[in-house]
Amino acid sequence: METKHLICINCPMGCPLTVEMNGEEVVRVKGNTCKRGEVYGRKEVTFPTRMITSTVRVVDGISSVVSVKTREAIPKGKIFDGMKELKGIKIKAPIQIGDVILANLADTGIDVIATKNVEKR
Amino acid sequence: MKSYDVVVVGGGPAGLAAAISLRKNGIDDILILERDQELGGILNQCIHNGFGLHTFQEELTGPEYAWRFIRQVEELGIVYKLNTMVLSISPEKVIRAMNREEGLFDIQAKAVILAMGCRERSRGALNIPGYRPAGIFSAGTAQRLVNIEGYLPGREVVILGSGDIGLIMARRMTLEGAKVKVVAELMPYSGGLKRNIVQCLDDYDIPLKLSHTVLEIKGKERLEGVTLGKVDPQGKLIPGTEEFYSCDTLLLSVGLIPENEISRGMGVEMNEVTSGPKVNESLETNIEGVFACGNVLHVHDLVDFVSQEAEMAGKNAAAYVKAHGRRDDKGQVIALTPGEGLRYTVPETLRVTHMDDKLKIRFRVRDVYKNCYVSTYFDRERVMHKKHQILAPGEMEEVTLTRDLLLLYPKLKTIAIRIEED
Repeated sequence: METKHLICINCPMGCPLTVEMNGEEVVRVKGNTCKRGEVYGRKEVTFPTRMITSTVRVVDGISSVVSVKTREAIPKGKIFDGMKELKGIKIKAPIQIGDVILANLADTGIDVIATKNVEKR
Repeated sequence: MKSYDVVVVGGGPAGLAAAISLRKNGIDDILILERDQELGGILNQCIHNGFGLHTFQEELTGPEYAWRFIRQVEELGIVYKLNTMVLSISPEKVIRAMNREEGLFDIQAKAVILAMGCRERSRGALNIPGYRPAGIFSAGTAQRLVNIEGYLPGREVVILGSGDIGLIMARRMTLEGAKVKVVAELMPYSGGLKRNIVQCLDDYDIPLKLSHTVLEIKGKERLEGVTLGKVDPQGKLIPGTEEFYSCDTLLLSVGLIPENEISRGMGVEMNEVTSGPKVNESLETNIEGVFACGNVLHVHDLVDFVSQEAEMAGKNAAAYVKAHGRRDDKGQVIALTPGEGLRYTVPETLRVTHMDDKLKIRFRVRDVYKNCYVSTYFDRERVMHKKHQILAPGEMEEVTLTRDLLLLYPKLKTIAIRIEED
């Protein structure tokens, strides 16, 4: 039995997790104080993912950029491909929180949505 | 002179939650004063996720978390003024403020909630020798430049200090295409949250050098590089450990200081450790009807706890206004003291007659402690004893006191919280 030690990144509590593994298979997650911790522990050792938060250029808005996020976490290996796509686009104001800014980021099947309202200038 | 029941100074997370709580507790006549051009405070530039798990059971970004509160303020019809700077408050609660439309004006309040937040410790406070070239920013300034203004302040970056904003900016600058070479931390432990070490540094192979500091700054017009060196436990340089890093940008993430010029000016007593007001269980300062919450009271790690604290300040300020501004200090007043291993506690005094069923005492520890206990003493008797795997100065801790327990000790004078090995 192999064990891996992780810090849960779901929330600022940062619970220390111990993941017990049998080869590629996760046997048990210990140290988590909520359900998200267990999910994170299982996923991090098999298929690590991260949310991306960034900004996208705005045209005709009261601010020059709008903050955005991936609707869900994307595979870790896709982060920089995703950033490249976000850098290439401009979006017209007005923008509402939750608006889809870019669909299917870097072929992950996951959309990028606005996290702030931007009014028209 | 215009008058309001309660004036909230600051429209960030603390001010917003306090105002909403005031309204929900029956106060209609509220005014929020905010110096920026929008509500939300620092949350607007904290575009990363991780906010709101405690409050909303979902993971939000800073602007989304702020929006949940701003929307409530709008829906409840709470009045606010933007682009308005509060200059001073008198002990009689006359607020002097100014903005472009109204010029200089005074407002009389029955109660005041201080929610001005904090600001970053600057280079001047660190005494780093060398020239003063362009390219040296506080981490929060860089965050504003990147996330609000849409401007990348540099390409090759060294970060001094491992506070959360510095860690978040290490990732942010990396994602934007900059090379973050190293994060140096003077202390032998990180000042930020563990999760940020993992997802901001480890994920991008950015080294964290503990017990290291900046010795020299090179460059006259623009920063050309910095020399880092290792320090011993007394903070003295260990000779031979100097190392030069070429960079065009140095970010400082070296601590936050509550912004209390207005509080001091009106005679609010300060805690020297937190640089925030001394408060009782109602988060009320030594001046009757003046409450404080959020980072102006003590610097928090989690906005969720700021919102909780502000909600409590709002509720208590509402009760004060409804009692026609009379504070009752008669009866038992218990002093809370930071014992062995603690830097401070908030609050510092407790009136059992005014507390709810439960009261959270928040504190920070002095050092990193492993496998130890947080013990609570009522005078000399140990009444609570809780095991912790790890305690660190970068993470705020809490102990919950119950009214039922306190009622069993009618002669109690002092409560001390301390860290013990067994």
